[in-house]
Amino acid sequence: MTPNGWTQIIVFLFVILVITKPLGIYLARVFEREKTFLDPLARPIERLIYKLTGVDEATEMRWTEYTVAMLLFSAASMVLLYLIERVQLWLPLNPQHFANIAPDLAFNTAASFTTNTNWQSYSGESTMSYLTQMAGLAYHNFVSAAVGIALAIAVIRGIARRERETIGNFWVDLTRGLLWVLLPVCLVVALVFVSQGMVQNLRPYDKAALVEPQQVTTTGNDGKTTTQTVTDQVIAQGPVASQEAIKMFGTNGGGFFNANSAHPFENPTPLTNFLQLLLIFAVPSALTYTLGFMTGSRRHGWAVWMAMVVVFLAGVTVAYWSEAKGNPLLHGADQRATSMQPGGNMEGKEVRFGIADSGLFATVTTDASCGAVNGVHDSYTPLGGLVPLVNIMLGEVIFGGVGAGLYGMFVFIILAVFIAGLMVGRTPEYLGKKIESYDIKMAMLAVLIVSMSILIFSAIASVEKFGTSSISNPGPHGLSQIMYAYTSAAGNNGSAFAGLNTNTLWYNTSMAFVMLMGRFFMVIPILAIAGSLARKKITPASLGTFPVTGPLFTVLLVSTIIIVGALTFFPALSLGPILEHLQMLAGKVY
Amino acid sequence: MKKNLMISIWMTLVTTLIFGLLYPLAVTGIAQVTMSSRANGQLLTPNGKLVGSAIIGQPFSQPQYFHSRPSAAGNGYDPTASGGSNLGPTNKTLTDRVNGDVAKLQAENPNAPVPVDLVTTSGSGLDPHISPAAAEFQIPRVAHARGISETDLRTIIAKHTKGRDLGFLGEPRVNVLELNLELDATHPIAH
Repeated sequence: MTPNGWTQIIVFLFVILVITKPLGIYLARVFEREKTFLDPLARPIERLIYKLTGVDEATEMRWTEYTVAMLLFSAASMVLLYLIERVQLWLPLNPQHFANIAPDLAFNTAASFTTNTNWQSYSGESTMSYLTQMAGLAYHNFVSAAVGIALAIAVIRGIARRERETIGNFWVDLTRGLLWVLLPVCLVVALVFVSQGMVQNLRPYDKAALVEPQQVTTTGNDGKTTTQTVTDQVIAQGPVASQEAIKMFGTNGGGFFNANSAHPFENPTPLTNFLQLLLIFAVPSALTYTLGFMTGSRRHGWAVWMAMVVVFLAGVTVAYWSEAKGNPLLHGADQRATSMQPGGNMEGKEVRFGIADSGLFATVTTDASCGAVNGVHDSYTPLGGLVPLVNIMLGEVIFGGVGAGLYGMFVFIILAVFIAGLMVGRTPEYLGKKIESYDIKMAMLAVLIVSMSILIFSAIASVEKFGTSSISNPGPHGLSQIMYAYTSAAGNNGSAFAGLNTNTLWYNTSMAFVMLMGRFFMVIPILAIAGSLARKKITPASLGTFPVTGPLFTVLLVSTIIIVGALTFFPALSLGPILEHLQMLAGKVY
Repeated sequence: MKKNLMISIWMTLVTTLIFGLLYPLAVTGIAQVTMSSRANGQLLTPNGKLVGSAIIGQPFSQPQYFHSRPSAAGNGYDPTASGGSNLGPTNKTLTDRVNGDVAKLQAENPNAPVPVDLVTTSGSGLDPHISPAAAEFQIPRVAHARGISETDLRTIIAKHTKGRDLGFLGEPRVNVLELNLELDATHPIAH
């Protein structure tokens, strides 16, 4: 670890701290439909959208109608994405003439992008036409993020309101999130990205003549070796920057190219890398302030923020330390960090990012449900790779996905005040609302659905041939690969131990179901709690009320997250990454 | 229910038009008009012939060129198949490959430790850079093959070395393709 590496991490956290309050207030104003500086531009478009789609912006919805509207919209947009994929060959903007996508892959991808997961069983540059990328995939990057923010705002309203039946209008929240939050930032950021060298075009791939043609020897499946001379390099192009901006700002993470944010066209400089990191945490961090602002307890918002920062710092420290130490099995290679080289475990990492930026990126992308990668998680050291895995298992509530992080954290807050209530022997209260058995049941349902889908599907895939035949790294690492895949799917993250070949019928379909469960089955109980809280009366705080502000609450919240995560997943983790770490130290290879 | 179903269908169509088509096309238009070289991948065309992109790496193996990192993209540096090796840290394929490459490089320059980036694949398989240490390591070989002094070579390397962005972001790096192109232009060797 180097002082410069830590400087980058600290500056990153500082900038996030600085934008949290202003952006948090802005979000509250947007969704409370108060005046903002963007109204002259956005309001006419908003009105036009309502007119075209038949939305009555004056009505509000109960939690059940809000849920139904959200599910219908997700279903409709998912069907459109599936259709675009299935017929892309016959649509325009396909200069490489990519074929129509097979049904199981198209289903997996449609589920993946609708749920804000962005798991990719395909390589963008050899599979998806420009139209599919823009109107199918990048489009879902926008709307799945806007849905996430809308849900978080609905939950906050549920907490803030008293004796009300409704929690907002889904269509209005969706539209305002798109027009006031996502679009303006993406327009600006996309152009900044281009100025750094990120490509943005619709041209066919360019064919360059290699400066030094190469003799390449390959061994075929039949064991025969063939030697050929490679003289050209075909350079994949595309409308990358516009997709990249929303890919990060909406914590989607689905790469335009297979290499995702490691690709020089998708993340050309350390500066774009830094901006991408900021985009991931911006909205999730601001939403903690929005929570405090709209519920009238700003200190509660900051207490939640602090809990997130504590776990974030723990994660980034372990990941950075472990990657900087390097791989003891690579004797002979110089892995010390000097002013001339980053050193450390450089397998799967880019020179321009080095170790600090890679460890930070892996932590941030999995704290949030982003899932973009700027290096290969599969090649991380066992403990370095453990950090992203654990981050997702904890529920991606450390800032978390846009919206999803906050409503995920909401579940842990409910559990934390419940545990505190048990300890002091009183009915648990949260910001003046009594937490009753219905609320706790729903919160537990949300926790159990996610952990169950991870463990059950990983278990099946680890013992059946259709699961294990996709493993590319033998030994304990193979189990980590499978576990990472289902964890990533259930958590709607989308990053991968990418050696696992998941473009198979089993993985495509099973993971599509896990992604849909991880998003929608988790959201329904949470909205149910929101609806239940909105109906409740305010109970004035008394001496016996456990405060949800200050360091004591932060500690309790962090403990709840860690205990739930550790109890659920520790046995499985000890057979994967932890065992591999011990074997690596003992010098064992597979 | 029926009302929300109709809205969801119309909402899908209208927002697809705005965010799936108008937005990316607007960004493309502005980028193409104001920064077309960057928006098109900083393509390099010395003598009118397209030889690559300034930010996409290429493989080199002859002694007179600086070598890039190993690549797992296709047959090596194939931008239609970007990606890393995905080899886990305890995978024997990885340790054998790295230790084999280290042995080869040590034979070439026995006096210096082998920088780790020179024997590991990048995440993209297209990494245009090597560390300054990896460039320094290759100086004796290239200087000998081209018949130029190591001091002159260091000056040319410095021209293609970038420091950290804003002084603290990322890592110092040497652009291999641009460096080799300049060497071919200023210190050509007879083929």
